[in-house]
Amino acid sequence: MTLFLSIAIIALIYVVIFQIAKASEYVSILKGEEASRKQNNKINGFLMVAFLVLGFIGIYVCNKAYYSKTLLAQGAASVQGEKVDQMLWITLIITGIVFVITQFLLFWFAYKYQESDNRKSFFFAHSTKLELIWTAIPAITLTVLVIFGLRNWFFFTGEPPKNAMVVEVTGKQFGWIFRYPGKDAIFGKKYYKNIDPATNSVGIIWDDNYSQDDILTEQTMYVVKGQPVKLIIGSRDVVHDVGLTHFRLKMDAVPGIPTTMWFTPKYTTKEMREKTNNPNFAYEISCDQMCGNGHYSMKGIIEVVEQEEYDLWMAKQKPQYFVAFPEKDPSAVKADGAAKTDSTAKAATAKM
Amino acid sequence: MSHEAVLHGHESHGHDDHGHHEHHDTFLTKYVFSQDHKMIAKQFLITGMVWAVLGGLMSVLFRLQLGYPDASFPWLESILGKWAKGGQITPEAYYALVTTHGTVLVFFVLTAGLSGTFANFLIPLQIGARDMASPFMNMLSYWFFFSASIVMLSSLFVETGPFSGGWTAYPPLSALHDASPGSKTGMDLWIIAMALFVVSSLLGGLNYIATILNMRTKGMSMTRLPLSIWALFFTAVLGVLSFPVLLSGLILLIFDRNFGTSFYLSDIFVNGVGALSNEGGSAILFQHLFWFLGHPEVYIILLPAMGMVSEILSVNSRKPIFGYMAMLGSLFAIAVLAFLVWAHHMFVTGLNPFLGSVFVLLTLLIAVPSAIKVFNWLTTLWRGNIRFTPGMLFAIGFVSLFISGGLTGIWLGNAALDIHLHDTYFVIAHFHIVMGVASMFGMFAGVYHWFPKMYGRYLNNSLGYIHFWVTIAGAYMIFWPMHYEGLAGMPRRYFDFSIWESFKQFADLNRFISTVSMIVFAVQILFLINFFYSIFKGRKVTVQNPWESNTLEWTAPINPGHGNWPGEIPEVHRWPYDYGKDGHDFIPQTTPVGADETDTH
Repeated sequence: MTLFLSIAIIALIYVVIFQIAKASEYVSILKGEEASRKQNNKINGFLMVAFLVLGFIGIYVCNKAYYSKTLLAQGAASVQGEKVDQMLWITLIITGIVFVITQFLLFWFAYKYQESDNRKSFFFAHSTKLELIWTAIPAITLTVLVIFGLRNWFFFTGEPPKNAMVVEVTGKQFGWIFRYPGKDAIFGKKYYKNIDPATNSVGIIWDDNYSQDDILTEQTMYVVKGQPVKLIIGSRDVVHDVGLTHFRLKMDAVPGIPTTMWFTPKYTTKEMREKTNNPNFAYEISCDQMCGNGHYSMKGIIEVVEQEEYDLWMAKQKPQYFVAFPEKDPSAVKADGAAKTDSTAKAATAKM
Repeated sequence: MSHEAVLHGHESHGHDDHGHHEHHDTFLTKYVFSQDHKMIAKQFLITGMVWAVLGGLMSVLFRLQLGYPDASFPWLESILGKWAKGGQITPEAYYALVTTHGTVLVFFVLTAGLSGTFANFLIPLQIGARDMASPFMNMLSYWFFFSASIVMLSSLFVETGPFSGGWTAYPPLSALHDASPGSKTGMDLWIIAMALFVVSSLLGGLNYIATILNMRTKGMSMTRLPLSIWALFFTAVLGVLSFPVLLSGLILLIFDRNFGTSFYLSDIFVNGVGALSNEGGSAILFQHLFWFLGHPEVYIILLPAMGMVSEILSVNSRKPIFGYMAMLGSLFAIAVLAFLVWAHHMFVTGLNPFLGSVFVLLTLLIAVPSAIKVFNWLTTLWRGNIRFTPGMLFAIGFVSLFISGGLTGIWLGNAALDIHLHDTYFVIAHFHIVMGVASMFGMFAGVYHWFPKMYGRYLNNSLGYIHFWVTIAGAYMIFWPMHYEGLAGMPRRYFDFSIWESFKQFADLNRFISTVSMIVFAVQILFLINFFYSIFKGRKVTVQNPWESNTLEWTAPINPGHGNWPGEIPEVHRWPYDYGKDGHDFIPQTTPVGADETDTH
């Protein structure tokens, strides 16, 4: 009933607006085309200036309400991110100046040069000098932006420092798998046909000796504050994207073609919680490439911690080899029962 | 050469069509299988409008979800059935809506609806030809578009739903039936619809090029063409050169989907299915093929709007367009660069960084011709004598939106910033303003300006003014705040943000945007009412040249028949922008150059 009522009301509003518009057309016919055109010009000329003024007020209000909610206010959390922010500011200032000047001129000209009996339009078909000026100025400005941009681009996409920690990230519908190379610091080889969702979610080749100390975790990844991290990114099924908004970086995860990205986190998760005054703050990994119906929920977490805490966490991790083959786990000989429940629990989560 | 072609064209077409017109013009040949370019233009326009309403309605539905993620609307279930169980749109339906909205608006509305309409309508009338080079091909072009529309529409009704992997249709998501329900039958229909669409756009485009090059009237040299025709010419060239690449990409996709090839597939393990046998393909290959069309496509959408806006600004400022040759040169530069920047959509795919840097350079280079155009439009307004017709308002609105959206392009074209902003709401704001809304404004400007020529009646002015002011204010209120969401890294194509600590602070803003988008949609309905009412009941046009314009279409009768001019095709003696010259308000192109006239163009 309410549905029909609201439809009726909306229809009524349309009819009223339409009738008013119709009536105003009759009035303008009575007044004569010339007179009504002049009146329309006056109204719309005024609205041009009004729009300009209200528009700039609107921008101010919007900025006041939402600037603090963007990450610019909170600051970047990685060395790379700070460079991105610096570039954002430079670009904002340059484009902002152009924006204000051109929008002002556009609406001001529209208002100022509205039709008037006292003015003849000025026949001005071209001016090589003017055209050269506004070819050259944008070209020079853009060169500056390109130089800044490319310096950063090559820094972001260049080789990470030697002391970088390496983590492999694999996307799947709909979650993230992380692999650490273990004590030998070398990843074992993998082949996608070996994938077993329960025990071998990235398809590690167990015969490769380097693989036996590799550590797999899901959803949460640990990294050390101040130490560069290199991510080797891949996907198990469709294209995903590792989006690290606080670090200002992202990179696609493409099946069959590994990609890389590196960054140096500057603050621990704990420090960021204090800095942002938000006890729930987390470095979230968002999937930034459409990957299916669960795309919006494909969340991972990066815990940035101090070295000691990282070492403690790492010590607790069990190589995946022993999860896949509990009977080969030296610690399992001592506590047989405990290991078994552990591996079944892991298998259950992997199946989800 | 062109003179002869015109004479020849005149004779053969004039006779053919004349005979046609008088003897066997049935309802079917006049309104359905018409070969008159004006009727075909109207067919494109109205089909495009139907799609615009559907696509707009889809955006209202998914904005409802984004604005009110926790609310339930029982009436949604009565409309959408299982796609809105319990009154809330399912993620599946949400993604299908987003995908169809994108595909339909980009291809069916802003490509077919925009250049299909105005290339067909304006080219013969403004260059002085009786019809297109091949009226039959022209008719085919529309009917291929119509079939594409039917197939796309039918995909909305299949059991597993329409395609839901985004309008860019990246494989493997689009290639694997089991990766998503939308990738089953829905995707097959999507590909077929797109293939038919490509055929339509090629038939149209070849025709537009052939007509502009060969069928100009006597005296209409290339540099005397109105800028609207130049823009439509470059648009057609872009389409003819880039759409086949998309088609090839889609054909490979069909093979991967149905015949077990591995063009795009490698190393894939699908949940619930297991490891696939495909090895050695590259998912990135499709992105290259797609964006090789996809980026020129942006200009296919934008250039016609630019051309019409140049024309309308000049007519209503009563001043020549400033820097005709520079406008033409910048159109040409944009058309060339359009082919050299596609990989800026792929900065974060693991592209070789050096290659990326080349694309940064070329992408930012586009800002130079764009800046020239903006400054030239501004100078056209300067010291003019401006008449605010609704068409003129939309043209001014176009310039404003083009500036706003163009400037954020400088942010996104710089790879080092794109690495943060890619696939966030910043991108949504950017391309909706510069390509979506701006081109829509160009289209509205064109409809308001040429409606009297199309139907011999006027649109209601007051409704036009309401339509303009609400739409431009609304467009800014919708898309401006999205830049802020994007600066927080808020990703596109998310069904719900409430589980994200980093993005959920924008819940109230999303509600605001959704509300405004519904108001703006409602005002578009007002335009539709105005449009269809005025076709039949609008105020009649009584003068041949209501806007006091110089171009040729206004020398044709108020309701031109098939063949456009009853007698001889008029001869052209000057460029179309002699407004305010030597004390004359306007001098039509058909007026011979006087002996004492100052030499300008």
